[in-house]
Amino acid sequence: MTLAIHYPALQVVLPLLAAPLCSLMRGRDFAWAFATLVSWLAFGIAVALLFAVRADGAISYHLGGWEPPWGIEYRVDALGSYLLAIVTLISAVSLSFARLSVAREVRQDQHALFYTMWLLCLAGMLGIAITGDAFNIFVFLEVSSLSTYALVAMGGGGDRRALTAAYQYLVLGTIGATFILIGIGLIYMMTGTLNILDMSERLPAVADTRTIRVAAGFLTIGIALKLALFPLHVWLPNAYTYAPNAVSAFIAGTSTKVSLYLLLRFSLTVFGPTFSFGKLPLNEILAVLAVAAFLIFSALAILQENVKRLLAYSSIAQVGYMVLGISFASVTGLTAGIVHLFNHALIKTGLFLCVACVAYRIGSVRITAMAGLGRQMPFTMFAFVLGGFGLIGVPLTAGFVTKWYLIMAALEAGTSLGLVAAGLVLVSSLLAVIYVWKVVESAYFRPAPAGSPPVREAPLALLVPTWALILASIYFGIDTRISVGVARDAAVALLGGIS
Amino acid sequence: MTWLGHFNYWIFVVLMMIGLYIVISRGNLVKKIVGLNVFQTSVFLLYISMGKIWDGTAPIVTDALMDGRPVAYSNPVPHVLILTAIVVGVATTALGLAFVVRIKESYGTIEEDEIQHMDEEAFLARSEHLGGQP
Repeated sequence: MTLAIHYPALQVVLPLLAAPLCSLMRGRDFAWAFATLVSWLAFGIAVALLFAVRADGAISYHLGGWEPPWGIEYRVDALGSYLLAIVTLISAVSLSFARLSVAREVRQDQHALFYTMWLLCLAGMLGIAITGDAFNIFVFLEVSSLSTYALVAMGGGGDRRALTAAYQYLVLGTIGATFILIGIGLIYMMTGTLNILDMSERLPAVADTRTIRVAAGFLTIGIALKLALFPLHVWLPNAYTYAPNAVSAFIAGTSTKVSLYLLLRFSLTVFGPTFSFGKLPLNEILAVLAVAAFLIFSALAILQENVKRLLAYSSIAQVGYMVLGISFASVTGLTAGIVHLFNHALIKTGLFLCVACVAYRIGSVRITAMAGLGRQMPFTMFAFVLGGFGLIGVPLTAGFVTKWYLIMAALEAGTSLGLVAAGLVLVSSLLAVIYVWKVVESAYFRPAPAGSPPVREAPLALLVPTWALILASIYFGIDTRISVGVARDAAVALLGGIS
Repeated sequence: MTWLGHFNYWIFVVLMMIGLYIVISRGNLVKKIVGLNVFQTSVFLLYISMGKIWDGTAPIVTDALMDGRPVAYSNPVPHVLILTAIVVGVATTALGLAFVVRIKESYGTIEEDEIQHMDEEAFLARSEHLGGQP
């Protein structure tokens, strides 16, 4: 197969070229069908790459035939291919879901542009995961961010607060991206290269300079802003709450994951574990922020009345789990962090899709408005319960796998700080029980308001993608061979300093 | 006077701080975008400075090189990189201003605290409305 060697380029080029074509599509559902097809094709390519990397190791693709480090290199390694598969899967499933939901929330004449933005966002995120060139990362980051801002603002048709949310996201996102740009520039000053592998080889010689330490600072803060790591999370709740429902599901499963990938890539591949965790106290800083994130935001999620906002707060908490895994700086810890990328993407996107089903039928996402829905929309609400189990980390769900590895990593580390963190993970899980219970109580144990019109179950076109993700999150809670296997490969490669 | 020799880096730092300060301190949404622009422009200076060396010339074959005299070249890569970043900056500004226009259309103001006030009042009004229901 000659096409197969060009999969790394096609992975990005396909959605990138499809985007302008999509903007020309007219007529009912045409743009949607096209974008969905492209997204599933991208998923197919990502799966092919994932298995190719599993079988033969990292793939290096030289764009235009220029040898790295002069030319731009696309490099697919274990971590990269894992992320490609996650992002394309979430995009394909949420696009399959999107037709009815978007038709209701976005004006008909904007549909073509809406799906164009979606494809651009997808192309940008795939580019970040695949490129081996630091400056390319910045460019793709801005491609995906700018289209995400526009997607969030598309919710402005129904609620004007989507506009201020998008504006706030734009300002903070741009500051984050510019910090990343400064960091990359400072590294380039000292190493004279933009290729990530070349950088990692040249960095140790100049690691003891102030320029490199400052670069590490700028990069970490810039990425933390994009990652919504506490206390740089301010943009996230509003953006998730007011975006169109399908967009919330999409970005909840992808955008913070891609940022976490950047954190891993820069702190471990570029700077290397000895610099990040030895010379700089990055792991201690991350551990404190991560614990604060999941404790504070699991608690705050309990207070929310809007289910989308509740899930957004829970997302900030879940980012905390991932970062805590990284902060252990061990193979088990990193495995926990990386596998949670995948597990949380499945669970959170599945939950946002459930909420989108509810919004499609009753037009509200408030907990009080969901009273009595357990009987009226049994399939949707049961999916929400199963997804909620995943957030809590009940055994046999994907969330349990993560917490299992997190606590194993804490026990392995054996430090008192690690043990305290493990205990706090359990506390945070108990808080998750409360905020999931709030929704369950309203849906199952409160009667529907008297005189309210009867609500029908969500249509099959919405239920199928939702259940696909929820069942996947259960499946990967039981059979962890692929999800944990790839995550462990990636963790070993990252800590070995080679990618 | 080595610190004076790096004056363009000092300008970078000062501009960056001014830009960030404007973004944080101003409540007017257009002024925030202006601050963001100053902040981004400062990074352009950083990249342009790092590529330029004193008496450096463009990386082309010159008469001096043909005569066998030593020639200093400036590094063109950062300049090319920052062209891309400038384009990104223009796109960000355009999108940001487009949001401001839409915000002005739906709120009637572009002052952050007024918008916040309106959102809070709408929230209170809605909860009272809900509280009135049985």
